[in-house]
Amino acid sequence: MPYLGSEDVVKELKKALCNPHIQADRLRYRNVIQRVIRYMTQGLDMSGVFMEMVKASATVDIVQKKLVYLYMCTYAPLKPDLALLAINTLCKDCSDPNPMVRGLALRSMCSLRMPGVQEYIQQPILNGLRDKASYVRRVAVLGCAKMHNLHGDSEVDGALVNELYSLLRDQDPIVVVNCLRSLEEILKLEGGVVINKPIAHHLLNRMSKLDQWGQAEVLNFLLRYQPRSEEELFDILNLLDSFLKSSSPGVVMGATKLFLILAKKFPHVQTDVLVRVKGPLLAACSSESRELCFVALCHVRQILHSLPGHFSSHYKKFFCSYSEPHYIKLQKVEVLCELVNDENVQQVLEELRGYCTDVSADFAQAAIFAIGGIARTYTDQCVQILTELLGLRQEHITTVVVQTFRDLVWLCPQCTEAVCQALPGCEENIQDSEGKQALIWLLGVHGERIPNAPYVLEDFVENVKSETFPAVKMELLTALLRLFLSRPAECQDMLGRLLYYCIEEEKDMAVRDRGLFYYRLLLVGIDEVKRILCSPKSDPTLGLLEDPAERPVNSWASDFNTLVPVYGKAHWATISKCQGAERCGPELPKTSSFAASGPLIPEDNKEREQELPDSGALMLVPNRQLTADYFEKTWLSLKVAHQQVLPWRGEFHPDTLQMALQVVNIQTIAMSRAGTRPWKAYLSAQDDTGCLFLTELLLEPENSEMQISVKQNEARTETLNSFISVLETVIGTIEEIKS
Amino acid sequence: MISQFFILSSKGDPLIYKDFRGDSGGRDVAELFYRKLTGLPGDESPVVMVTTGGRRHHDGRHFIHIRHSSLYLVVTTSENVSPFSLLELLSRLATLLGDYCGSLGEGTISRNVALVYELLDEVLDYGYVQTTSTEMLRNFIQTEAVVSKPFSLFDLSSVGLFGAETQQSKVAPSSAASRPVLSSRSDQSQKNEVFLDVVERLSVLIASNGSLLKVDVQGEIRLKSFLPSGSEMRIGLTEEFCVGKSELRGYGPGIRVDEVSFHSSVNLDEFESHRILRLQPPQGELTVMRYQLSDDLPSPLPFRLFPSVQWDRGSGRLQVYLKLRCDLPSKREIPGERVSSARQACPKKAPSPAPSLSKLQPVSGAEQPRAEGRAGGGSPSLGPASGARRLSTLGPFPDGRPRAPRTSQPWALHLGPSSGSGPGQSLL
Repeated sequence: MPYLGSEDVVKELKKALCNPHIQADRLRYRNVIQRVIRYMTQGLDMSGVFMEMVKASATVDIVQKKLVYLYMCTYAPLKPDLALLAINTLCKDCSDPNPMVRGLALRSMCSLRMPGVQEYIQQPILNGLRDKASYVRRVAVLGCAKMHNLHGDSEVDGALVNELYSLLRDQDPIVVVNCLRSLEEILKLEGGVVINKPIAHHLLNRMSKLDQWGQAEVLNFLLRYQPRSEEELFDILNLLDSFLKSSSPGVVMGATKLFLILAKKFPHVQTDVLVRVKGPLLAACSSESRELCFVALCHVRQILHSLPGHFSSHYKKFFCSYSEPHYIKLQKVEVLCELVNDENVQQVLEELRGYCTDVSADFAQAAIFAIGGIARTYTDQCVQILTELLGLRQEHITTVVVQTFRDLVWLCPQCTEAVCQALPGCEENIQDSEGKQALIWLLGVHGERIPNAPYVLEDFVENVKSETFPAVKMELLTALLRLFLSRPAECQDMLGRLLYYCIEEEKDMAVRDRGLFYYRLLLVGIDEVKRILCSPKSDPTLGLLEDPAERPVNSWASDFNTLVPVYGKAHWATISKCQGAERCGPELPKTSSFAASGPLIPEDNKEREQELPDSGALMLVPNRQLTADYFEKTWLSLKVAHQQVLPWRGEFHPDTLQMALQVVNIQTIAMSRAGTRPWKAYLSAQDDTGCLFLTELLLEPENSEMQISVKQNEARTETLNSFISVLETVIGTIEEIKS
Repeated sequence: MISQFFILSSKGDPLIYKDFRGDSGGRDVAELFYRKLTGLPGDESPVVMVTTGGRRHHDGRHFIHIRHSSLYLVVTTSENVSPFSLLELLSRLATLLGDYCGSLGEGTISRNVALVYELLDEVLDYGYVQTTSTEMLRNFIQTEAVVSKPFSLFDLSSVGLFGAETQQSKVAPSSAASRPVLSSRSDQSQKNEVFLDVVERLSVLIASNGSLLKVDVQGEIRLKSFLPSGSEMRIGLTEEFCVGKSELRGYGPGIRVDEVSFHSSVNLDEFESHRILRLQPPQGELTVMRYQLSDDLPSPLPFRLFPSVQWDRGSGRLQVYLKLRCDLPSKREIPGERVSSARQACPKKAPSPAPSLSKLQPVSGAEQPRAEGRAGGGSPSLGPASGARRLSTLGPFPDGRPRAPRTSQPWALHLGPSSGSGPGQSLL
């Protein structure tokens, strides 16, 4: 962030920091350092005074120390060489008699985030893990995670992991929680910290000693534990019961999630828990913090998907109040829509009707759509309300009402009569494309019941030249042709005019094509037109498609108390897809993160391997380069163990493939130049037991397929299968990147 | 786990910025957040936002924020975390910063940058919460708070809740409550004070005939303690305090709430028998008890509303008079009161200590008739003492007909926090 004028400031501060008079006066010195911190927060580049700040770290004033360490943690990545100078002071502080100073120094040293610092922090961390003061232990435990991440996710120090596991029995509750967090990060590639029975029960017993943050976090870790027996399961649930009554919403929701997951085979327990969480959720829904309120509403909707009647008696809690922000009102309307039942439908509709005339057009439209949604069950009442709304002659209301009518007529044919009576007159108040399309569609399909339908359409035809939306013109063509079939006398003339206009004058190709198509269709004969255009006018079964059936609780239990309900499932899917593509896409050649997604485990941890069903199956050894001669000899001496054809389309970049294969420890022995056809490549790989896999790839662009033949020097099917699946994944990924 | 935490002013300037994990693209995320927040389409919620597209290292980063006293407190994370816990943490941080700096605001934060960083350093390490208890943190915090400038008459509009009652005169609120919990070590003359407030939020929907359509009361008992820690405190509620619809205590109709929840530090041994809450409050602010009540109120509303709507066909003007009469005894105070009529196009704000209603401002969109307010009813003073007040709206309607109003429509009324009107009256 280059910031004009920052040089002067840096110069001035530098001078002040070097001034011996200021250095002698503790308060003045501290004030200058505070100014540095303030500028740093504002985004000025303060790395220029790093040297002076390092000097300032050698002080007895603990406030000054803290400020300087904060500064160093920010700029250490920029000035790694200068930061090494500070290490000395930090190391000395790590053995200070004051535990606060020890903790502070250790925390700052671990947060330096620069290459090469690992070797200095290792010993202080190990000392810190055995420190008398719990404050230092807390810092040291998290320091292990920081150190591991500085190393670049490579190797796991077994001794350290064991030490952390034993610290789970520490006296201090925060140390315990920090151990879990630290282990989780260190063992990330292997699936995180293992919660076995002794650990789970130990944690359950310590729960009451933790503060609310610790409780929420431990509840989350306990999700991993699978009780062996039903008895144990219910024992755990009984222990956790009190946390459903916690005053902290985070703990209540965490406990609820744990209940839902643990009791996935006991639907009545799940329902019971959801009843109990009703109170806290409703309290959060009307909480003063609108952010909390919003999140709670999202979760209420999630529950309603499975238990539609769950909040019906509390429908008044979801009435909007005027001062609420827009996003909360929209959520509340959605909730109201979902909890409607025979008893409250009158009141809910009355309330929604009030929203339809809201100042905010968006909110009003959302309310109208909500009424449309309720209309699928309570058709008559809703259609009446919607018809009344048309009487207001407001543009933004009319257009949405007409769109709602269109959907409603399709799904609930019984209301067609009422809708047809309401329609005349609303064409004056519709200006936007969506509304016009809906109105024209209605007039076309149900025109025989609306006396003035041809005349309304005639107006549209008259003004077609000034019409801006092509979609409206297309809709108009179709509607008029349909109406022509039922009321030919009134429509023939204008249909001719419209077709003429569309074919001769219209600039938009799609409209012109549609016009030409209808013209030729008419030439073929009226029976043919009827056969093509007279589709069904309604289809109530589509309603089933649109609102999904009740989802079982288990389908979303794992999403409860996460960000998924807040974003919505669909949005979340796109988010995580973006992230996923990011992770294994462009980064592929650089890191070995790909290996983690396959069945390969890069580092050995014997205990875990036995637990994971497929992890022990295959382990390819890196850098086992065979000579071409040896490869050829072996290849010729073996029989094909497996042959498979994969689809392959379009371009091919051999280099990308070679790099990707290298990541998963498959070596390329030889391959043809790019563009040769057929293209061939020979690959080799060896697993940790010494079994060789020799592979031939044969790409024939004409057939757009890739043939894989694998030979193996020891016949073992399960390793062969996992090898092939690795190969498939790599080739599949390459194809994805390319497209 | 949290990657970054920052506090932005209402204009988007970073006041505090701390990167806990160094796994993100650097400090321009604060700017990115503000851009995203201001450019958000109307139907999306700003509470949780995700970054997609754009620069790569920002991708898939979730912003979660709360707005507190016109500051944005934002955390970023790349994990699928519990939104409840994070929002709770943010509000706890807001309280904590308020406790330590005296009050939370742009001014106090920028005056106490060092203190705030020190606090953050102790509260969060590597993005994980260590502790938020005021008691524990006290031992580690060395910086002293820079207290804001002394009370001036210009600050009258921001009357704090705590300490409003302690002063003899109603006009000048005491600054006693807005001092930091960690008073300077040299100053030994700190007073042992406790402030207890009952804050209720009433959401009331009143039909045009005056009957109540919907009542929702959210109340809480807030405690701000400057007592030395470890001192025990007993709060006695009236013995007729009933929880739930069925419970019956005492002879009369009693004082009833639907649901009640307590802070985890409250000892409830004597609650069942004597309605006594025992606790050892840590220094600083604490919500001792929350309660909710909806629909049937055991007592009448503390105010009455008299609406009148006149529509002059000739001039096309609609006159809406809202007369609000407060029945509370004069010694109680309503610090902030807001009346908004949901159905009509004239929402307005009535700041209580203001001498006249000339500050009324329409909150609605521009297409609405300009609501002009003026004090009516003869008495321009709007003291909280049992005064009737009248709000009026005059608006010409261009097309000659009012948009929405139908006189049969119910009125919605929301009142801001009102202290001292709770059913659970505290007898300390």
